[in-house]
Amino acid sequence: MSERHETAAGNGVLAIEGLTVAIGGKEILRGVDLTLEPGRVHGLAGESGSGKTMTGLAVLGLLPHGARVSGRIALAGRDLLSLPPKQLNAVRGAEVAMVFQDPATSLHPMLTVGRQLTEHMRHHLRLSRGEARERAIDLMRKVRIPGPEEAIGRYPHQFSGGMRQRIAIAVALACAPKVLIADEPTTALDVTVQAGILRLLRGLCDDLGLAVLLVTHDLGVMSAVADEVSVMKDGLMVETGPRGQVLVEPRHAYTRALLESLPENAGNAAAATAGAEPSEGEPA
Amino acid sequence: MSPTSAPSKDRAGGAAPDSRKAVRGRVARRHPFARFLVRRIITALLLALGITLVTFILTNLVPGDPAAANLGQRAIGDPAIVAQWRADHGLDKPLPQQYLVHLSGVLHGDFGQSQQSHRPVADDLAEFVPATLELAGAAILISLVLGVGFGVVAALRRDRLADHILRVTSLFGISVPTFWLALVAFYVFFYRLQITPGSGRIDPGMTPPPHATGLYTVDAALAGQWDVFASAAGHLVTPALVLALYTIGLLTRFTRSAVLEVLGQDYVRAARAKGLPGRVILFRYVLRPALVPVITVAGLAFGSLLSGTVLVEAIFAWPGVGQYAYKSATSLDLPAVMGVGLVVGVVYLVINLIVDVLYGVIDPRVRLS
Ligand SMILES: Nc1ncnc2c1ncn2[C@@H]1O[C@H](COP(=O)(O)OP(=O)(O)O)[C@@H](O)[C@H]1O
Ligand SMILES: [Mg+2]
Repeated sequence: MSERHETAAGNGVLAIEGLTVAIGGKEILRGVDLTLEPGRVHGLAGESGSGKTMTGLAVLGLLPHGARVSGRIALAGRDLLSLPPKQLNAVRGAEVAMVFQDPATSLHPMLTVGRQLTEHMRHHLRLSRGEARERAIDLMRKVRIPGPEEAIGRYPHQFSGGMRQRIAIAVALACAPKVLIADEPTTALDVTVQAGILRLLRGLCDDLGLAVLLVTHDLGVMSAVADEVSVMKDGLMVETGPRGQVLVEPRHAYTRALLESLPENAGNAAAATAGAEPSEGEPA
Repeated sequence: MSPTSAPSKDRAGGAAPDSRKAVRGRVARRHPFARFLVRRIITALLLALGITLVTFILTNLVPGDPAAANLGQRAIGDPAIVAQWRADHGLDKPLPQQYLVHLSGVLHGDFGQSQQSHRPVADDLAEFVPATLELAGAAILISLVLGVGFGVVAALRRDRLADHILRVTSLFGISVPTFWLALVAFYVFFYRLQITPGSGRIDPGMTPPPHATGLYTVDAALAGQWDVFASAAGHLVTPALVLALYTIGLLTRFTRSAVLEVLGQDYVRAARAKGLPGRVILFRYVLRPALVPVITVAGLAFGSLLSGTVLVEAIFAWPGVGQYAYKSATSLDLPAVMGVGLVVGVVYLVINLIVDVLYGVIDPRVRLS
């Protein structure tokens, strides 16, 4: 492993060590190690079914019923796997937040955006209704939703896909978490709005010092925004390291195969994603 | 009309629709829910008109001569008496005219004269309908509370003991015929165990509460007559439960599967990821969407619950509209049959209107579209 990774592992805000998950006798994760650092985006790639989502859900204690877990997930000195339910619930949303793949289904269709933004703020941060509202409007502005005062009274179906994912990101950021897990946040979106979402995540990571785990199966996305890259296969991390190293000189045969299987090679895809203009809007 | 008043009238007539339209436009934009509500109510009123027509036509299609059913054997033989009777009851006029007479009567609260009780049908309905509404209303309330409550418990305790018990109970409720249950309940609880009061709406020695709504429990509570209230509620509970059991079973099963379905949704997992307390997730994130299919089924089930009242009323000697309908239908008392048909139709309409409006209340995508 690279030197940079070694030194970073020491002060990681979230450290996963030897995480195994089994559901119904089937081993889904088989000893996953992963460290997230503040202000850095850690990309997690791997084919579908390799266990990327399960890794994210394990951190929040949201694995499917009947899942058996072992290993360690250390967050600021505590092991999340052995935390009592009540304390774990205090970590969810407040210290570790998650953005899901499809904003069309991960936002509640019958609750206003404002309510979904303020509810957990009021619960975790003990804010008054007015304070929470102010903060919600700020957040909407931060993720660049036009007309935030009016927008918080609307429902998710009144926004476009890209806007919805921005709102989901605002919801995740509402309680100023230290760690953000973004599970394929652009997969369900139009190609035209993907770059905007990635740029937003990158910017938030830099501005707020967030530790971001960016799950994606798109190595192009990966090379555009990730600082570190990990590659998973069949519940195992097969490669971890700085972006340049993993994507340019992959050590593991599987990573090479993944890179070669891209329709265009990874370098071109990366250029295409990174080249999108920052000011480019998205269809409303 | 004086010539001076004419122009001003014209102006008013010309201006009013415009400004009214403008006001309506503003109301619609600011209160999409109000517009949604108004649309539903107008639809319901049109349907009500349709019901008057349908009940009228159906009633007149019934084979059998009302004159024969209502005049004695001797009178039937005399054409003059029959003609006189038909003229008295407006039956000699053409059907469309009969309908208009009927409709204008209905609009004035006049449903004609019952040929059986020799009283205005409106008076009969005013006497019997509240009793049925009280019985059916109580049954609906009970089945909503218990059915939804049981369904939520079954879903949250899936595959555990409570779920298994509720599955068996709801299956029992769905498969047992209401009339059989009514007979058994009456026999066991009243005749054998003597823990429930007998038939009727109130203890025989008691005076009904002063009339306000016609619902004895409500009227007694309004008047503060708590002994009367206790008696009325005691008489109500067994027939209402019997009537509700089928719907309780149905709603338990539907609520269970609806809640389980919603629990698997992304937005519930996302709500958990926010660290919200379980009770907030259940009541705000899960129950609300789960109620949509439950309401649909409930609306339909309440229809069959209403027809169940006829049997339950007969067995518990409940003086409701079911028994009145049965007697009127068998004696071809057409005004009474039409009156009952109209009332039942309007009750269905109201249930449907409530269901429609609830969709809008629960789901913004319905009311904002
Ligand atoms: N609810 C579940 N019960 C049992 N196995 C599951 C469940 N969800 C996912 N899996 C299995 O876990 C493995 C990893 O899934 P996942 O983490 O979703 O993959 P990825 O996100 O990398 O596409 C897959 O083999 C999948 O079949
Ligand atoms: Mg996944």
